[in-house]
Amino acid sequence: MSTRPTPRVRVPGNIKAGDVVEVKTLISHEMESGQRRGQDGKPIPRKIINRFTATFNGKPVFDADWHAAISANPYQSFFFKPSENGELKMVWKDDDGAEYTATSRITVS
Amino acid sequence: MAGPIVYRTRRNVLHMAALAAATSVIAPSLSKADSKAVEAEIKKLYDGKAMSEGRIKLDVPQIAENGLVVPITVDVESPMTEQNYVKAVHVYADGNPLPGVLTFRFSPLSGRASASTRMRLAQTQNIVAVAEMSDGSLFTTKAEVKVTIGGCGG
Repeated sequence: MSTRPTPRVRVPGNIKAGDVVEVKTLISHEMESGQRRGQDGKPIPRKIINRFTATFNGKPVFDADWHAAISANPYQSFFFKPSENGELKMVWKDDDGAEYTATSRITVS
Repeated sequence: MAGPIVYRTRRNVLHMAALAAATSVIAPSLSKADSKAVEAEIKKLYDGKAMSEGRIKLDVPQIAENGLVVPITVDVESPMTEQNYVKAVHVYADGNPLPGVLTFRFSPLSGRASASTRMRLAQTQNIVAVAEMSDGSLFTTKAEVKVTIGGCGG
């Protein structure tokens, strides 16, 4: 799998001020645990996304450290209580230093 | 007398190949964590501080048919205000090659201290979760997941 990981994010629409909403995310990634051995008997080096961060207008909302035990194509859901309009930014950090980003406009009524 | 003759039929060759593949997948899982390793990880973070039961709920299946994808949800009771919220939740698995599974960090903006993901489990084992509140108090819970097909080979 050498295609670039693609994040997918679902935020419910029609948010009222004070609502607590559930954000669901999914990103394509093999999450190679570093525990497997290849055909040649050598360990396959670890390559996972080790951190997920969600911020709203720059303020931390939720973050997760992922270890080797997280499944391939990791799913992450979390809750969020927006009280103003703004931007929800999500960043996935790869072992190799790469960062994958997704943003969602949040409008509260 | 000659020993039993093994015919190199196509099926036999395929069987041998499958066996070889299976052992190469299982071999790395021989080194694994145990409940002591999990305790050591928690001690590293909180230095043996007292933990209470309750307030934290761990939602995992009792039986997981496929250890590669086991859903997990943690939910902690908290008002989630600036003064009183859940700072972090750590999750460990005592039968995986490495004990650490994940750490979630919440904030008052979370609104609710709950999150879900999916994990790999090598075998039947206990999942241990520890929640740290903003006042420093700790809560813990434990759940057993029976795994039908281990998720180590990926």
